[in-house]
Amino acid sequence: MKALFKKYKLDIPVIIAFVIFTGTSFYFQFNPGIQIFKTNFWMFFKEMIILLPMMFILIGLFDVWIPKERIQKHIGDTSGIKGMLLVMLLAFIQAGPLYAAFPVAYLLWKKGCSPVNVFIYISAFTTAKIPMLTFEIGFLGLKFSLLRILITIPVFILIGIIMGKYFERNNCKINEV
Amino acid sequence: MKSMMILTVALVVISFIADRKKTLKGIKKGLKQFLKILPTLLSVIIIISIVLFFVSNEFLMEYLGKGAGLGAYISAAAIGSISLLPGFIAYPLAGILVKSGVSYSVIAVFITTLMMIGILTIPIEAKYFGMKTTLIRNTLSFFGAILVGAVMAFIYYLI
Repeated sequence: MKALFKKYKLDIPVIIAFVIFTGTSFYFQFNPGIQIFKTNFWMFFKEMIILLPMMFILIGLFDVWIPKERIQKHIGDTSGIKGMLLVMLLAFIQAGPLYAAFPVAYLLWKKGCSPVNVFIYISAFTTAKIPMLTFEIGFLGLKFSLLRILITIPVFILIGIIMGKYFERNNCKINEV
Repeated sequence: MKSMMILTVALVVISFIADRKKTLKGIKKGLKQFLKILPTLLSVIIIISIVLFFVSNEFLMEYLGKGAGLGAYISAAAIGSISLLPGFIAYPLAGILVKSGVSYSVIAVFITTLMMIGILTIPIEAKYFGMKTTLIRNTLSFFGAILVGAVMAFIYYLI
């Protein structure tokens, strides 16, 4: 128990304070507190508690089934443009918020994906997700969507390359958490 | 969400038929990682929920509106970097902003920073990548997003 508190020493106070705040808000009918819980928190919580366990199960299965050599060959250090396209494709078909990309990034890296491709994956994940594209086109138009994506792709490839080189030069690593 | 559920269930079943032991090991491994990150996730979404309460549509309109000039880009980048909105909320909101006169290039900066940068999710990112790498990635993405916005503005100016 004590170790748990130590490990999450910033998180646990926030969670406890929020529980108390929400409880008091409901008790005294304090509207901002009720609104924060009902609309904002609940929306994120639902997404997190439904989507993420499934994602982590898929990550776990991927981990036990896919051999490192295969990943290394396709998106490893020597994979070139083909590797970049593959990680981008992987990112585009996924859904979920930015933080959902990090555990996948860890797994890819552990299985031999090159650092450049790991960072391209993260950026691609945030740029164009096919499930979200229908929303974007619906509300902002096809022209906007296409332009934004076409301009963003070279920018994030560049960021991916810079980050990847930095990562390699400094012998960085990605933690399992 | 539904397709993700179907995919997960299907893959678990296939995996289970192929190798029971391996499947259980994989699921256990995955869920263990989830539980480990859960407290940090919870505290981050609590903070995001509170911040979002203060970022109302009127607030955005005021800072991103057409009278705001260059300042609108800076505000768009700043607000986009701090907030974290799921797409099904961000895009309708962006649609409203465009209708009320916010330019497409400001919206591009807003959407790009919104997705690429997560100041509030830095605690999560740092658990995986370490603080230094996280800060560098977010800073680079910030300038990247401004660049995307500038190019968008230039193209919209031309056409």
